[in-house]
Order: sequence, then structure tokens, then C-alpha cells
Amino acid sequence: MPDAKLIPAHPEPPLLPLPYPLPLTRAGLSGFPSPAQDYEGRTLDLNERLVKRPASTFFMTVTGDSMEAFGIAEGDLLVVDSAIEPRPGHILVASVEGELVVKRYEVLDHRPYLASGNPSYRPIPAADLECQAWGVVRAVIHEYSV
Amino acid sequence: MIGLIDCNNFYVSCERAFQPRLEGVPVGVLSNNDGCVIARSNELKALGVEMGTPAFELRPLLRQRRIELLSSNYELYGDMSSRVQQVLEEFSAGVEPYSIDEMFVRFDGFAPEQMHTHAQELFTKVRRFTHIPISIGIAPTRTLAKLANRVAKKLPIYGGVCVLRADSEEYEPLLRQVTLGDVWGVGRRLVERLALLGLRSAWDLTQADPKQIRQRFSVTLERTCLELKGIPSIEMNDPDEARQRIMTSRSFGRLTDNRQEIQQAIRQFAQRSAEKLRRQDGLARAVYVFLKTNRHRPDLPQYSPSAVVELPQPTDNSRYVLHAASQAFAAIYRPHYRFMKAGVMLLDLVDANRAQLSLLDTPESQAQRERNDRLMATLDTLNHKMGRGTVTFGRPSPKAAWLLRCANRTPRWTTRWDELPLLR
Repeated sequence: MPDAKLIPAHPEPPLLPLPYPLPLTRAGLSGFPSPAQDYEGRTLDLNERLVKRPASTFFMTVTGDSMEAFGIAEGDLLVVDSAIEPRPGHILVASVEGELVVKRYEVLDHRPYLASGNPSYRPIPAADLECQAWGVVRAVIHEYSV
Repeated sequence: MIGLIDCNNFYVSCERAFQPRLEGVPVGVLSNNDGCVIARSNELKALGVEMGTPAFELRPLLRQRRIELLSSNYELYGDMSSRVQQVLEEFSAGVEPYSIDEMFVRFDGFAPEQMHTHAQELFTKVRRFTHIPISIGIAPTRTLAKLANRVAKKLPIYGGVCVLRADSEEYEPLLRQVTLGDVWGVGRRLVERLALLGLRSAWDLTQADPKQIRQRFSVTLERTCLELKGIPSIEMNDPDEARQRIMTSRSFGRLTDNRQEIQQAIRQFAQRSAEKLRRQDGLARAVYVFLKTNRHRPDLPQYSPSAVVELPQPTDNSRYVLHAASQAFAAIYRPHYRFMKAGVMLLDLVDANRAQLSLLDTPESQAQRERNDRLMATLDTLNHKMGRGTVTFGRPSPKAAWLLRCANRTPRWTTRWDELPLLR
């Protein structure tokens, strides 16, 4: 067996996992409290804001224009949380005919539908098709090319 | 009470989470290093495909489009496993991973009549949060929990959750149904010897006298016997457990963020694991490394990463195991976190005598393999005679490039920005 160049099955985690623990500010050697103490270990962390449960949070990318009416554009990043119980009005990731799609959960005439807000895609009756809620979209991240 | 949580057909379930179309389809996952089946969906099992079947034997089925074969995606499996573990940890402080897809969970402090409800809740929660279906077996001992888990999975009326007490009505009929070969820690040879004494089912063993079992067989079997009776006798870190998995882990004496120190520990664990592997005539296909900070110190930043590195081919060679473990460690270690515990686990074990030679095994490598075997044997003897750690390895220098055959690997959905699922 040749010496192996092994392929790590995990990616390098980000160099600075957030929240990044700041090295402790040294309180003055003389024993005076450091003026920086109030800020110890504090940075603003987007994970803290957008990810409530890491175990059930998945990132997904949008392709296509079906959700443009709801302000979701092609290429947007979805923060999907599978722990949330879907309610009407939620943007959902659902499994429809074996495929994961993003739709809005609506109730029309007491019947559940998955709607896209684009007139060229008809709402899918959620009770008929073999479809299941996969997770609820908690946030949409739209990045501009800058 | 202790629970065993087992992820059903774990690798396949990870794949299905992101590709619902694979639901109901016979799916197999192949190892990248030797192209053998290492995970099967129930549908594939029903077609009579065994674990370890080489991919080429399945070509006819594949061509008829009756089955789907995927290359293993350890990065995905590692991430999904830690998600399952996180959900369990929210529920109980006592979670011990037993393998990548099995975890022991302490179910203490619940009223007996509420046990089933709590388990049911956990069952639904893990499925909903992580998309991984699980089975739960809860019992007074680990061996019984394992047995209850099997029951929960196999008998539809249990619906995936089985709480088993030694004084319950179902205890005897269930244990009568389970043959000794399916009892945790009872190997094939043992089954034959026990059959000569007329002991065939788990129930038979509970009726035997533990003292006699110890005299005629071993302390290990005596423990199994006691455990089946509902008397806890197996601790997780029992050194002599030969129970189908190899894990070496230890808590550091104190919290440490010292890279050298932790790396040294990982290397030691890797080497110990490889020794255990050789002792039981096994080969491993992948190496799993984890680090843990102290959960009970909320004042300190928490980071409990893990990583899986696939071996170039199934091996029991310390050098490769060590190298893989070091690589995994390097990928997950971050400074400033004070770690409490680290561990190395060997995954997807195969019987050394039944291993398929891979396509890349040229005669030279056969010769090399034999030389390696002799080297390893010498190494073990030296370390045994003169004390552990007498002879250890330096760092292997990666020379020849290894081509990982992962043609059918699904995207690493949860761990790479450029491989996220695309939604229409």
C-alpha cells in the first residue's frame, strides 16, 4: 500500500469559528480592572441571530424564479430550521414528488396549499400530493455583488 | 434506566434526508476505498444483498435500474451524526456515543409510567429535527437496551420504541424470541458452544447460573448473563469488551488547549485502537476523531467538533490509522478552546480474513502488506513485553497520491458552501 495522501472527509472548519473567543484581556498587572473588561469575549455573531438550533438548521440555495413574488431571488441563501412547526404564511422547504422545493404554506378554503406567488406556477394542494414539510425558512440572505 | 438510540440504516438515511426520491428505493452505500457495500436500505437487504458485497457483483441490478448505489460521503455522515447527538444532549446530560450511529443515553429521573412518553417524544424530535429515523431501546442494562432496540426496530407493533424491564410481562416472551447470536457481545463461536449446553435464546442464558458461566466461559459472558437478568455489569470503558466497535477515548486530567498535548493523546488513542483492531483480526475503513470542551462550564467557549477521515483501503496498520487520526485532528483543532476529552473511533470494520483485495492491490503491495503484517506483529509483541509505548511511530510522509474513488458521491450538503442543496 503506497503511503497515502488521505482525503479528509470533513472540511476545514472556518478559521475563526463564531463566536470567536477573544483572548482574555489582561487586567492591569497592578490589579486595576482593565477598562476593556466590559467587552470581554463579545463580538456580534450572525449565527447567534439566525441560527437558533444548530442541530436542526440547514443552509440551502434557491434556484429559479418561482419565489420572486415573495422576495426570494435566485441564488439567495435560505436558513432552514426543521424544528419549527409549520404554520400558514411560513415559507417552507417541502418534499414534493421526491424533490425538495421552497414554497409558501397557504390555506385557501380550509385546504392547505404550497404556493409560489408566481402566476405561472399553480399552488400545489398539500393534501393531495405526496408532500411533506421538511423545514421552515427562518431567514433569507441576499448578497449583492459589491 | 439506559437507552440505546440507533439510527436506522444510518448512511442511507443521511442520503435520503436530502434526496427524498430515494425513499422506498433499494439504496446501497459503497466504501470508496474498496468498493464494497457498507450500508444498505431495508429494500436492498430484502433483495438479498449482503454487507461487504463488492460493487461489481451488483452491476446487473444496477443496469436494470433496480437499485441505486452511492459512494460514501463520510463528511455528511459525520455532520448528521453530531446533529443527532446534539438533539439527544438537549434531552439528557448522559449521552455517550457508541459508534457513529449508536448512542447510549441515560434515562434517569423519569417516572416509570412516563418513560415511554418521553422516549416517544425523543423519537419524533430526532426524526423531525435531523431527518434521521431512529429506534430507541430502554432497559435497566446496556445489553438489554441493545436487545430492546432490536425489538423496537424489528417488531412493527413497537413502532420504533421499546421500554423493557426485567419484571415486565413481555420480558420472558421477548427474550425467548431472541437467539443468542443476536445478543450484544455473544460471538459466533460462543453461540455454538452454548448450543451444546442447550442454551439457544437470550432467555436460556438468563436461566443459567452466572458463576458457572464464568467458570466454563469467561467473565465477559458472565456479565452478559447478569445484564440480561437486568443487573448492570458493563461499563462503557470496559477494556475487555470485544463488541464490534473500537473506541479509545479519555478525559484529560484537566482542561487543556495545548495542541501538542492533545495531539499526543490522539496519536496514542489511534495506536491503541489499531492494536485492538489487530487483536480481533479486523480491518477498519475510516477513522473518527472527536474533541469535547466541558459542557458544564458555560463560562468557557464551547466547541465539540468531530471529523471522519477515510482510510485508503481497509487496514489494521497503525501507521495509516495514526496518519488519518492526525489529519482529522489537524482539521478540527482550534486554539483558545479548552478541551476536556478526546477520542478516536474506528469505523466500518471488516473481518481481516474476508476482506476483498482492492483493484489497486498489485502483487508488490501484497508483499508489502505481508511485510507490514510482520512489522505490526513485532510492534505489538514489543509493546506488550516491554510496556505500552515502547515502540511508536513517527509521522509517515505522504508520497504517492491516492485517488479516491468517489464517483457517485452525493454533495456534502451540510458542510460546504458550494455544495448546498438547490431548491426550486
